Amino acid sequence: MSAAEPLLRVEGLQVHFPIKRGLFVDRTVGHVRAVDGVDLAIDRGTTYGLVGESGCGKSTLGRAVLRLVEPTAGKVVFDGTDVASLSGEPLRAVRRRMQMVFQDPLGSLDPRQNVESLLSEPLRAHGLGGGREGIAAKIRGLLDAVGLPSAALRRYPHEFSGGQRQRIGIARAISLEPDLLIADEPVSALDVSVQAQVVNLLEELQQRLDLTYLVIAHDLAVVRHISDVVGVMYLGSLVEQAPSDALYDEPLHPYTRSLMSAVPVPDPEVEERRERILLAGDLPSPANPPSGCRFHTRCPWRQETRCDTEAPPLRELAPGRWVSCHWAEDIRDGVLRPKSPEEVAATQGVSVRASGAVNPETDALVQGVDTPVERR
Amino acid sequence: MSIEALPAGEAARADGPVLQVDDLSVTFTRRGEAPTRAVDGVSFAVDAGETVGLVGESGCGKSVTSLAVMGLLPRRGVRVGGSVRFGGVELVGAPDRTLRDLRGADMAMVFQDPLSSLNPVVPIGTQVTEVLLEHRDVSRGEAADEATRLLDRVGIPDPGRRLKEYPHQLSGGMRQRALIAMALACSPRLLIADEPTTALDVTIQAQILELLRELVVDTGTALVMITHDLGVVAGLCDRVHVMYAGRIIESADRHDLFARPRHPYTGGLLASVPRLDGARGAPLTPIRGSARDTIPWAEGCAFAPRCDHAQDDCLTEVSGSTVPLEHDGPARELRCRHPLRRPPSATGATASGAAR
Repeated sequence: MSAAEPLLRVEGLQVHFPIKRGLFVDRTVGHVRAVDGVDLAIDRGTTYGLVGESGCGKSTLGRAVLRLVEPTAGKVVFDGTDVASLSGEPLRAVRRRMQMVFQDPLGSLDPRQNVESLLSEPLRAHGLGGGREGIAAKIRGLLDAVGLPSAALRRYPHEFSGGQRQRIGIARAISLEPDLLIADEPVSALDVSVQAQVVNLLEELQQRLDLTYLVIAHDLAVVRHISDVVGVMYLGSLVEQAPSDALYDEPLHPYTRSLMSAVPVPDPEVEERRERILLAGDLPSPANPPSGCRFHTRCPWRQETRCDTEAPPLRELAPGRWVSCHWAEDIRDGVLRPKSPEEVAATQGVSVRASGAVNPETDALVQGVDTPVERR
Repeated sequence: MSIEALPAGEAARADGPVLQVDDLSVTFTRRGEAPTRAVDGVSFAVDAGETVGLVGESGCGKSVTSLAVMGLLPRRGVRVGGSVRFGGVELVGAPDRTLRDLRGADMAMVFQDPLSSLNPVVPIGTQVTEVLLEHRDVSRGEAADEATRLLDRVGIPDPGRRLKEYPHQLSGGMRQRALIAMALACSPRLLIADEPTTALDVTIQAQILELLRELVVDTGTALVMITHDLGVVAGLCDRVHVMYAGRIIESADRHDLFARPRHPYTGGLLASVPRLDGARGAPLTPIRGSARDTIPWAEGCAFAPRCDHAQDDCLTEVSGSTVPLEHDGPARELRCRHPLRRPPSATGATASGAAR
């Protein structure tokens, strides 16, 4: 295995969920294409940030990498082995090296297990840690690493604040000394002042333990802060992938541009000057995605030709900068001007419908998959 | 446009602020437990056409404040003190009838979670027209036409069809729009929006914020925006009140507040959010501890246990008095004895490494 080989390579990954209908016989009437042909590679020791709105398939992608959901097609190559074809003991062995931090820290911790039991379970399950004393020492080290007092051992998840719970979740994930950590919305359920603590902790652990991260989030500012490479997903496929700085300095895909212009900046001066690109309508249904470029129904830069009919491939515009847009060069050079959302809505007529319009069941299925947990 | 300007008579009445909250306090009592004071001496005013932001983290009392203003808190186990005057009418202790007449007609609220604030078994159209039939002298047909216009105004495509649909058939952004349409139905003079965009995606959030912004400009509605997102505040609010542990700790105009945060908590909040336009890799400086690490205001500044500027006299037993909310320059108020110096140091308010 050469050093240049990425730790994780995903090739043509697809996850389709069948839509069943019928009283006695479950007929499959269609598929929700949650992930539809994604390629990505993550180098050792780096952080790959995956952003997109709810329902774009980013969480499903993360789960498919761990095989928590079965991929429909495609390969997930982790350190040279194809995870998608493994089963039984080899899969368990690979999973030890890939761990996950979940979004909702309370929902992902068993309320009836105390912290000691929560943290020792993965060690015992994988036969690691070396006996009772070994495990006890190891757990103490883990708590120390995530900044919790050792008095926490005898306590239960409900006794902790949100930030502390997320620390427990992180401690559990790193207890097996994984190579890859998949963090699905690690901070979106936390208060603003606590988010920064967890982000800093993740960064510190990455340096100390030489971890590789796949961070899935809807918050572009957080992703920008911690990622080396960022991929933007829309309706199941990557529309843009670029080094973090390059992407934020000059987003090339129309969707990335509008996404970034929608993020409010905590500075009134910037807010007043900032260019805002409002998108028309809602995310279309992934059960019945638009033809051609999937973004064409909402795209302010849509052209009469190609956009509606021809799916744009992900192509490399500059070193490391992948974009799937037919007109990326013209948009970058300012040849094409954006249209207002009203114009886009008018040209698209009824097709700017919410996902729920066509198929409420699908909508329910898609929504709530990774919508942010409410903060109150 | 379906939302008409204020009738002349009402506009004349609204000389003073639309909403005047004075020394509002809310105490929850439960048998066998010490009472919890969720809101403690909160005062603010909102003028017509003005947007006021209440900012704070979970548990700081911002939502309870809004519920108390609307008179939506249950009577049992809750004690509301102080005064809330809406266009000269005292709302605290007002009979249910008065409140019912005002709510929906003159003051309205948009809640955070649109799915649980809409009735799932009633079509959207019925829910929107209900407000109109209740408060205005219109026939069913007129109300339905007005509802169509309202949905159209808030940007719901094909409103005629949508009126017959149920909440689950609408996407999250549309539900929030429908909720806003209901709130706007009777052209209220005051709109309270409690985290209206927290459950939404950023592109949808941008659409909703734009809608609220237009609304304030076009109709002169007074808007109270409750949020934890400083970015939303920066783009929308004229005046900002930062709350912590049930009290307002800093009030300032938007530009002033973001340019020169004075309270260490405000400074800490600003330093702990990553900015999209900032330099990458710039370290975040979180506030240590969590919102649980507070002390009662009677014993001193509630933020003192998490504050890096805290000194001994932040505690009541040392200084002999609780920390007051004081005048701090033009149009600014501050509740702190050791505020940040101007301009704030680049490292922010609190030390990094917060893992304690």
